Amino acid sequence: MTGPKPLGEVGEAAIAKHTSRASAIPSGADQLLRPRADSSLPGFLRSLPGVDQVGLEARAAALATRSIKAGAKILALETAISMVDLTTLEGDDTPGKVRALCAKAKAPDPADPGVGPVAAVCIYPDLVSLAKAELANSPVLVAAVATAFPSGRSPLSVKLADVEAAVEAGADEVDMVIDRAALLAGDYARVLLEVREVKKACGGAHLKVILETGELATYDNINRASWIAMLGGADFIKTSTGKVAPASTLPVALLMMEAVREYHGETGRPVGVKVAGGIRTAKDAIRYLVLVNETLPGQWMSKSLFRFGASSLLNDLLVQRYKQIHGVYGGPDDYSLE
Amino acid sequence: MASNPTSTGSGRLGVAKTRKLFIDGAFVRSESGRTFATPGPSGNEVNVAMASRKDVRDAVSAARRCLPAWSGLTAYNRGQILYRMAEMIESRSLEFAELVAVREGCTVAEAKGRVEMSVDRWVWYAGWTDKLGNLAASVNPVAGPYFNFSLPVPTGVVAVFAPASLLGITSVLASTVAAGNVAILVAEERGSLVSTSLAEAVATSDFPAGAVNVLTGIQDELVETVSSHRGIDGLDISGLAPELRVASESAASSSVKRVFSESVVEWTEPPSVSRVLAFVEVKTVWHPIGI
Repeated sequence: MTGPKPLGEVGEAAIAKHTSRASAIPSGADQLLRPRADSSLPGFLRSLPGVDQVGLEARAAALATRSIKAGAKILALETAISMVDLTTLEGDDTPGKVRALCAKAKAPDPADPGVGPVAAVCIYPDLVSLAKAELANSPVLVAAVATAFPSGRSPLSVKLADVEAAVEAGADEVDMVIDRAALLAGDYARVLLEVREVKKACGGAHLKVILETGELATYDNINRASWIAMLGGADFIKTSTGKVAPASTLPVALLMMEAVREYHGETGRPVGVKVAGGIRTAKDAIRYLVLVNETLPGQWMSKSLFRFGASSLLNDLLVQRYKQIHGVYGGPDDYSLE
Repeated sequence: MASNPTSTGSGRLGVAKTRKLFIDGAFVRSESGRTFATPGPSGNEVNVAMASRKDVRDAVSAARRCLPAWSGLTAYNRGQILYRMAEMIESRSLEFAELVAVREGCTVAEAKGRVEMSVDRWVWYAGWTDKLGNLAASVNPVAGPYFNFSLPVPTGVVAVFAPASLLGITSVLASTVAAGNVAILVAEERGSLVSTSLAEAVATSDFPAGAVNVLTGIQDELVETVSSHRGIDGLDISGLAPELRVASESAASSSVKRVFSESVVEWTEPPSVSRVLAFVEVKTVWHPIGI
């Protein structure tokens, strides 16, 4: 992955190409908080071509019918395993549960050391230091959700403190949520400001921006949110928190991937995509990999640019892999539930 | 492929029934799209769905999902649903009699008697649901300050290789679900029509979706997949041809599942509760006695 360019420049370059008025997005927070004084960002977002809903859904549905078999299937399953962000985001996450999760992240199939590890574990910020200790000397990263996850309804200062605490505890990645209400109300500048401020607070940690597409109502809003997140400096854009239905769907993921490709074309900066929520079967996971393969350049087919946020998905990937290799269907007690 | 020109005397072209699989409470075609022809009433050949290993997989996951719902019902409630199954077969007795007459080569009047016998057998097994505990549970004397008791609990997901006759299918299916197990019925080729009609009775009997799944096809072809599947906890091979039983048992050995094999000569013989007890596990509880 290439290092992120200065955010202001990246954003301005992209905007300049899309709008006749090449006025820059004001970088000062004060100005950004007054969206009416700033017409360039909404103007730019409105200049994005409208999303063809029927075409998007038809293409996602058509790609979902691809049949991946035999050797390609094993490869797809193992690639998917390496892309999993093993997630637990519940009120009852105990230290023991997180330790078990870390153990599973390191060796998803204890009977077969050839499997895994997964890309990361995804947890609440207060458990980061514990997970870091458990995962010392392993390539598994620790991702923390922050910014008043999942609703994002806190003052910016609180959100930033949340991020700083996670980074201080050693989080390698931060999953933030955008202010959906601001986006729906048309206050795009506020959303951008928050992403930028959080990106600053992240320091060296990677930033994943959760759009919570289930709450954005239209594909055009999802497209705009994707652009705002990328302009704000997101290293990844992520579909959902997993707390809202509908969570990740194929058309939404396809749309976000197309925005990422577009942005990469404009700026040269590759932004990752993370799909999360409602992906429970290996079949679903492979469908997402087909989308990646058909939409984005080859470098996206790796855990540095594509992730699955999931918990129960991992078990199904393991079960299907076992079936491919041994020819026998597995049982419910083969793998640990957490 | 055989056609079904069930023409009536008035020159009207009859509407033939599509014989499908029954998985997760829904009638579905085989994932493979295959069918096979089998002799039906009035000399017509009937096309029946031919299940593949992926249909087995789907049936197992549906059954697994349903297990907490079915085994979690009160025994009384399960009994009521089995009684209802008897009611449903009774109300369709004409349809079943026709199928039985074709299958077993007897007159419709004789077949009617066998359908009635099957209805009575559902009732017989229905009665056992809430009496099983009284039969198989015990209070055990132990050397310690414990109240120690054992009780029967369902084995779980049980695959049943069914025989071809309605009475045989009834016996293997009713006894399995009476104990609280969820069932995957793999129909004998010649019992396909009876099995698919039985699935329709199941669908209208308040069984939760997935409690009973019916696969029609070639048993020979499905033996290996079903027997080796580690998501299946028990295997009833009573309906399997003797030469297939060995293959089934050896495929089942890798996952140490409970295999029940009964060499029944005649399903018309009086039923036995041993069939119900074949797929229960014993749960023993050590309860400390207060001092």
